[in-house]
Amino acid sequence: MAEEKITLSKKDRQAVAWRHQFLQGSWNYERMQNGGWCYAMVPAIKKLYSTKEEQAAALERHMEFYNTHPYVSAPVIGVTLALEEDRANGEKIDDAAIQGVKVGMMGPLAGVGDPVFWFTIRPILGALGASMALSGNILGPILFFVLWNVIRMAFLWYTQEFGYKVGTEITKDLSGGLLGKITEGASILGMFIIGSLVERWVSISFTPVVSTVTQSKGAYIDWSSLPSGAEGIKSALEQYASLGANGLNVEKVTTLQQNLDALIPGLAAVALTLLCCKLLKKKVSPIAIILALFAVGIIGRLLNFM
Amino acid sequence: MSALTILLIVIVAFLAGMEGILDEFQFHQPLVACTLIGLVSGHPQEGIILGGSLQMIALGWANIGAAVAPDAALASVASAILMVIALDGGATDTVAAINTSIAVAVPLSVAGLFLTMICRTIAIPMVHAMDAAASKADFRGIEVWQVLAICLQGVRIAIPAAALCFIPAESVTAVLNSMPAWLSGGMAVGGGMVAAVGYAMVINMMATKETWPFFVLGFVLAALSELTLIALGAIGVSLALIYLGLKELATAGGGAAGSGDPLGDILNDYE
Repeated sequence: MAEEKITLSKKDRQAVAWRHQFLQGSWNYERMQNGGWCYAMVPAIKKLYSTKEEQAAALERHMEFYNTHPYVSAPVIGVTLALEEDRANGEKIDDAAIQGVKVGMMGPLAGVGDPVFWFTIRPILGALGASMALSGNILGPILFFVLWNVIRMAFLWYTQEFGYKVGTEITKDLSGGLLGKITEGASILGMFIIGSLVERWVSISFTPVVSTVTQSKGAYIDWSSLPSGAEGIKSALEQYASLGANGLNVEKVTTLQQNLDALIPGLAAVALTLLCCKLLKKKVSPIAIILALFAVGIIGRLLNFM
Repeated sequence: MSALTILLIVIVAFLAGMEGILDEFQFHQPLVACTLIGLVSGHPQEGIILGGSLQMIALGWANIGAAVAPDAALASVASAILMVIALDGGATDTVAAINTSIAVAVPLSVAGLFLTMICRTIAIPMVHAMDAAASKADFRGIEVWQVLAICLQGVRIAIPAAALCFIPAESVTAVLNSMPAWLSGGMAVGGGMVAAVGYAMVINMMATKETWPFFVLGFVLAALSELTLIALGAIGVSLALIYLGLKELATAGGGAAGSGDPLGDILNDYE
């Protein structure tokens, strides 16, 4: 019984990692990511099993229901590779055990992947890139694309390797509270950033004029008594520096927006965001809210208050 | 538009459609898709700006489990094509073209959502074909069906994109030019508020009693315009690390005597 042990080489594992990127390609309402999962396992199955019967059995057991976050699926596939390798070398690991590991890991991991990737990293990188793009800077989209893909590929490869090396032991690591901590940390960072995004990028401006006050002499630039030529420009700029924007006109105009900003800048934006949270919780469709906001914008412009 | 431009646009649309389901390389994100369409059609500047504006709206759109969010792929591809047609037709100012494209993108994201659902249903017989291939140990068959399924998602966006390219420029510019100021102005106002919906989706996902204070901190600190987003990110990471560290300390030292909180100790004694 000096049969040589079959192992998956680094190249095999890289092939699986590459194909794993297409996990969601055949996403379907019946068994969700099963097709993509099986597709990703193909190089490993080819290597590990030589008879047709074994290969067919392996392919069939990987066509079972599967669904999780497409990135945190990487450690799951790593563990599965380790299990299949042991099985191919004669260890007693039945189909139920392999499916059990997949199902057991996909739930809790999806709970980490969604907040970390979709609700923390992507909004942060997206907002960073978009804020540069708004001024027409091509670095914005490039930065987003490159950073995202570097993070994603590194994550896919290293966590798959981690899963492969640690094997089923990984479940102990996962329940050790590490996952909970990552999720919690991501939520804190995410909420912090969303808070600042609301202030910076939700723009509501109420234009009605609240008050018009005629300012006392000396609080505004007396344009008619400025010296002529460059001297006059200099004097005007000097006065502007000390008086500020209100010094440009005799009358000081205050809009509703300026009053609101004096309380906290972005107060209306945060109120609108919280309203949206409430509506979404009441199962109002986001599309309906978006369309309603456009309607409000048009009405606001028509009635001249926004 | 030249034949080459149309071909390049269709390729970008295909990539965006694929990514709409794969969610890996992010070609479907407005920031990437609109920029690429702008680049291949000779309007890079406007493409980047449109991408940035749409990205701000779409920040919180994500597919979770079986649920699908508004479709960023169709929204960004189609709105970028319409903007390019309008700009090529001339006689419209850039700002108006970008603003209207944003407004058009929103209903398109719903249309894209239905297309996605159709594709996900068509994929069911496809995985049955994969089942059949699996039982015969037919590796090639599995690969072919997987690739076909991905292409189906690409075609989902590529076909509408190709169709849009053939809308005559005159009709798009005519519609834009006949648009009254209150309508385009109002859409710009609406566009400024729409980002709130995406942020609200993110908040609903992550908000707990513990995380709300961090939202408030972020909101208040953002008013200091000297702080860039990167600086805010650094503050956020530090806060998260500090909080987690302190929390661990608190749980570790929870049972120890002399916690420095006499009232707490008394209360603990009652338990």
